[in-house]
Amino acid sequence: MTERALNPASRLSSLRPRSSRRRGGYDGSFFRRRMAAVACAALACAALGALSGTYVGFDFAQAAFEVPGGFAWMLAQFVPTAASLEKLGSILPALGSTVLASVASSCTAAVLAYACAVLGSRTAGVGGPVAPIVRAIASLFRNIPVVAWAFILLFSFKQSEFTGFFALFLTSFGYLTRCFLESIDEMSAGPVEALRAVGASYGQIVAQAVVPLSITSVVSWVLYMIETNIRDATLIGILTGTGIGFVFDIYYKSFRYDVAGLVILCIIAVVVACELASNHVRRQII
Amino acid sequence: MAATEPLLTLRGVTKSYDGWSKALDDVSLSVARGEFVSIIGSSGAGKSTLLRCVNRLIDPTMGTVTFDGEDVTCVRGRKLRQARRRIAMVFQHYNLVYRATAIENVLQGRLGYKSAPAGMLGLFSEEEKRRAFEILDQVGLADFAYTRADQLSGGQKQRVGIARALVQDPLLMLADEPIASLDPRSSRTVMEHLRWAADELGVACLVNLHQVDYAREFSDRIVALKEGRLVFDGAPESLDADAIADIYGADPEAPDQAVRPAAASCAPEGVAA
Repeated sequence: MTERALNPASRLSSLRPRSSRRRGGYDGSFFRRRMAAVACAALACAALGALSGTYVGFDFAQAAFEVPGGFAWMLAQFVPTAASLEKLGSILPALGSTVLASVASSCTAAVLAYACAVLGSRTAGVGGPVAPIVRAIASLFRNIPVVAWAFILLFSFKQSEFTGFFALFLTSFGYLTRCFLESIDEMSAGPVEALRAVGASYGQIVAQAVVPLSITSVVSWVLYMIETNIRDATLIGILTGTGIGFVFDIYYKSFRYDVAGLVILCIIAVVVACELASNHVRRQII
Repeated sequence: MAATEPLLTLRGVTKSYDGWSKALDDVSLSVARGEFVSIIGSSGAGKSTLLRCVNRLIDPTMGTVTFDGEDVTCVRGRKLRQARRRIAMVFQHYNLVYRATAIENVLQGRLGYKSAPAGMLGLFSEEEKRRAFEILDQVGLADFAYTRADQLSGGQKQRVGIARALVQDPLLMLADEPIASLDPRSSRTVMEHLRWAADELGVACLVNLHQVDYAREFSDRIVALKEGRLVFDGAPESLDADAIADIYGADPEAPDQAVRPAAASCAPEGVAA
């Protein structure tokens, strides 16, 4: 620690008293230099912000002035009225289909992703070229945003429930494969070695060690994926013309902001309920 | 398979991980049935590699491994599984499935004898279950059979590891620093169970140890590795201060620490950690 503190000090010799050359002694300038470093970092951030703001023509003062007005307008327009509640009958089925599409895509992706993750794992995998291939595929699917997938798939599958499902499925598959790979590698190296030493076959090792060890984190990841997919499915629905996203889009574009606001409230309620439910499940299984 | 023939014979076993430096260098060693052999040597001397070459968790680069009259150096698939099920292994970090109960972990020792589907589904016979309970009782854990493995103490986990090894009906038990993560009392219990397996069940034991005093007390024979070479092979009594100084290098601190019991019980933990 002392050495680390002293080395950068050579550049700031004006701040350093002569006595600080002694190792292990009290060095008051150390704390002053720390403060100076923090202050410099803060200044640099502010300067960077101002510079980039100027470049894109973003005026902080004006934005701060306009934001409250914007929120006030939003509150006035988007608050559901008694009339908008009548539309609940058309909102809820669409919301239901969006939730089901998210659950279905997450679960289907999870099954495939788990199989790929086990085969491609470093500790429990089959070895050879499988590990890099699985990683490459996972990263390809994961790094293309779900919206981009939806656009690409729109050409092949037109505006349908399936397009949205498939777009969610592909990103979920990439993301979950990656997460499962890490959970499996992290927790099963020892037991896998032990069961190999026992003379167990590959299938036995997977069923008796890899699955029991990784199942809790797998369930946890799948629940997280379902939550994320419900949020994303709304956006995808706008593109593919299905589910709750489409309902929102219709009312938004026909200036029925009160109903659009109701749709948003419904989505928030479902996402929060889903999160609470999955937290409960997580606590139960650990 | 004459009774006088050694159970395990290593001839010129060499292992190189990177092609030029040798983790094991021309090691020849034989272990008789029911014999308790300790392997000592400083960290990185090749002790773990040697044990893993026996059950082929690591493939030796050169040399032959003969187990129970059969050359297992190059066997694959079914033959390898058949050899492995008579060679049990106990690990420093226990390597249990922590989400499973003690008895389930013990039963996994039978997987080498099961057909693939039966093993995958965990369908064990009544006899196997009874035998697993009996062994768990013998290592003093009958009360903990239905306890999840992560709820057990370190010493108890290691005894589950030993039970899992014994349920294999092994001829040879490999123990890779079985007491390096344990406190002195648990260490003694674990070593006593290993010794008991050798004396009462006739299971030959090949044990990696950092603690020279434990090796002296429990072994029939001690072998020492230094930089991958076998530098000592003899009775515990013939392992004198000079031999230890040679095994652990010229550093006057190292052999001293290794011999003194108080230091011996904590020094290896530092090494292992």
